[in-house]
Formats: sequence, structure tokens, C-alpha cells
Amino acid sequence: MGDFRNLFRITCRAGLLSIGILLLSACHSEPPWATKNITGLMPTLEFTLTEANRNKIVHAQDYRGEILLMYFGYTHCPDVCPLTLSRLKSALAKLGDAAQQVRVLFVSVDPGRDSIEDLKRYTEYFGPEVLGLRGDQTALRELTKKYRVTYGYNKPNANGDYDVSHSSAVYVFDRKGEARLLIRPTDAVASISIDLKRLLTEGIPVASQSKQ
Amino acid sequence: MSSLLTYLSPWEFSPTVLIACIVSSWLFIRGMRQRRRDGLRTGFWRSLSFFLGLILIYAVMQTYVDYLSQHMFWVHRLQHLILHHLAPFFIALAYPHAVLGSGIPLRWRQKVLLPLWNSWPIRTGYGFLQNPIVAPTLFVGLIYFWLLPGLHFDAMLSTTLYKIMNWSMLLDGLLFWWLMLDNRMPNESVTLRHSIRIFILFAAMIAQILIGAHITLSKTVLYDVYSVCGRAWPISPLTDQEIGGLTTWIPAAMMSVLGILLVIRLWMKHSTAQYILDTEQGKEK
Repeated sequence: MGDFRNLFRITCRAGLLSIGILLLSACHSEPPWATKNITGLMPTLEFTLTEANRNKIVHAQDYRGEILLMYFGYTHCPDVCPLTLSRLKSALAKLGDAAQQVRVLFVSVDPGRDSIEDLKRYTEYFGPEVLGLRGDQTALRELTKKYRVTYGYNKPNANGDYDVSHSSAVYVFDRKGEARLLIRPTDAVASISIDLKRLLTEGIPVASQSKQ
Repeated sequence: MSSLLTYLSPWEFSPTVLIACIVSSWLFIRGMRQRRRDGLRTGFWRSLSFFLGLILIYAVMQTYVDYLSQHMFWVHRLQHLILHHLAPFFIALAYPHAVLGSGIPLRWRQKVLLPLWNSWPIRTGYGFLQNPIVAPTLFVGLIYFWLLPGLHFDAMLSTTLYKIMNWSMLLDGLLFWWLMLDNRMPNESVTLRHSIRIFILFAAMIAQILIGAHITLSKTVLYDVYSVCGRAWPISPLTDQEIGGLTTWIPAAMMSVLGILLVIRLWMKHSTAQYILDTEQGKEK
């Protein structure tokens, strides 16, 4: 019987403690984001890849100070990739001039077929803020593993065409290169632009913020 | 050859898993030798059971299986079935406490381990975790907890959360199955009554059938993280979810049935031993 009384006391204490923690965290929590908040879950952005549009080797640090939308796709992709890019484009259109501080990084997971020229032509079609990035399998695996995404190739058909399985998510990084949001295929364009607007107001010096 | 190496090498190398596996194998082998010197036999099946459990743990945590578990729901469910059920079951079935104990150098056992084991924080903590209400709640609760869709999504994105998830499943599995299969005589050590063990295993089985059936029969995709991050190979999300649900449902429930059968066997063995003990004491009187 003593066992049960003890257990009851412990359970009560644990219950009270967890309610307290919940209340405290509720007081401090900021309003929820419209897309998936992944702050603190993933490492800071690091990579060394070739930017197709300038045909130049770039590092993640080169883009610090800008909001980055990173997507893993390939130019032969029949549906998901063009659809995602056009959704991002519509969301960016709602931002006005602030869209200049946002970059879409289209990382090719099919470097075997996507040449620098292909990537350049493909991304430029979607607008100047879309950049194509290309790297070898080692660099690609390192980057995708870090963000816990994967990709794979199906067997080629008679024409040598093959499907590529890849992630459908867009990773959003803030000006410091921290992973902040994950845009899923189910997220509405309006949700994306609301969150990007909010992220754009972060990390700007107060003086320049009042000027805007 | 290179592909075999890819399958056998860890996706994310963990020194903790490697060291834990090496140290426990070393202690077990040392313990077996020490016992042989003392004239005690450990037995082939007992050591096989222990090492099979250990190999299973290493295989699902430190080979290509770990990569697949991150990118395929049903492989993830299989990984947890092994971490939470099968491997701890085999290890508990080997009753390794005596062998591992003999493997630890005597001075260490006396100077460090025993005082630590008898210290009140460890005693209270262990007593709390192995309480007949807390243990099954924790065992089933952890399955439900890590399958909460929101949390599951985060656990599959964050390396830290992912590690906490897998370790909590493994450690809880070891505690639970040891509590269920503990073969010491009731007069030898304070163990859980056989009838209570059977009741716990039955309740755990029902709870696991419920969540397994819920996932299998769901017509919508409950865990979209695998679509978001990309699957290891192309497979329909609902098929993946159905196989994963069935893995959580059938084999997990079967483990409870197997557990109940083993407890019944243990019960019979213990009561026979107790009967013999009682009649011998009666003769002496």
C-alpha cells in the first residue's frame, strides 16, 4: 500500500511540474508560423558548390545576409520541381521590393544529366532570384545528409530517361544561415509569403527598418 | 565489395553504440571464463541469445538499416521493433546479470558498482521505473509518444532528437523485458509476481494492437516527413504506412504472447522449485 501512496505522490509532483513548464513556455512562445517551424532542429547552412548562373564556385557564407530558399530537384523533373518553383515565384511576387533580399537555391540532385548550361537556362526561366547549384555526388550527399533528405535514381528506360526520387520540401534559412522553416507541398502560397515577410523583418538594423 | 562496405558501415557513426557493444561483449566473455573457472556453465543458447541481441542492436543502429530507417516509415518501424522488443527480449532471455557481474573485476564490483547500486538515487530511480504501473505505461507510452505526428516529424529532422528517440526505445526495452523475464526465484530477489507480469504483457499487447491498427487502417498519410525528405526508393506513401502499421501491430503483439508463454513456464518452474524446497524443509523439521 505504501508503494502506491508513494507512486501517487510522485505522479502528482511530476504532473504539477509539467503543467508549470507548459504554462511558462506558453507565456514565452511567439506566435506560430504559417509553414513548419524547424528553428533549432538543423545545423547552420554550409556548402561549396558551383553556381550555374555565374559558373563560379560558391560557399554558403557568400549568401549570408539574404533569406535563402533551398530546394533539391532536377531539370528533367516533370511536375514537382516546376510546380514548386512557380509557387515560390508567386509567393515572392507578393513581397514587393523586399523580394530582392530573397534567393531561391535550386540544388540539382541529378548532376549526371544537369550540365551547368542546362541549369542556367532552367533557373533563369523562373527569374533572376532563382540560382542553380551543381556539385559532385560527394558534395551532394554531404549536403543532403545534413538536412536529412535523400534522393535516388530509377532504372533508365529505352531512351535513357530515368526518374529521380527527391525531397519535396523547401528549406528556408534566415540571414545568419540558420534553418528556420520548412515549406511543404501542402503549404499555400499566402502562408509562404506571410512567413517570408516576417523573416525579412528579422535581423535588420532598427534605423534601416524605420526607413522602409 | 564496395557496395557490401556501404551496407555494413554506419550511416552516422556513433562512438557510444560501438563502445557500449564492445564493453558489454567483453564483460560477457570475461564473465563466461570466470564462471568456467568456478565450475559454472553458461550454456551455448544463453550466450547465443545475448550476442544475437547485441548484434541486432548494432545492425539496426550502425549499418545501412539506419539510413533506410530515416527515409522509409516501415523500416523505421522495423528498427523500433528490434530496438524496443526483439533485441532486448533476446538479451533478457540470456539472464545476463550473473554473467556480466562475474565479468566485472571483483574490486570494481565491491568498491564502485555495489555502493553505486545501493545508493538511494539509483535505488529510487530504478524502483520508480520498474514499478508495475510505471513500467508498462512507459513501455507503451514511448511508442505512442514518438509516433505523435508532429513530434515524429521533428525527430526525423533533428539528429539530436533522433538519437534520443532510439536510445530511449532501446533502454526502455531492456528495462521492460528484464522486468518481465527475470528468472530469479521470488525468495532470491524482489521480483514482480508472475500473475502481474502476465496482466502487464496482455495490457501492453492490447495497446500496441490499437496503435498498429490505427496506422494500418488509416486512409490518410499520417507521417508526411518521409515524403517531404524523400523516400529511399519510390514506393506509395500509403503502402509504406500500411506495412509500417502492420509491423507495429502483428509482430509487436506476438512478442507479448511469447512473453506470456515464457512467464507461465517460469511460473511453473518456480512453483515446482518452491514445492521441493518446502518439502525438504518439512523433512528437516
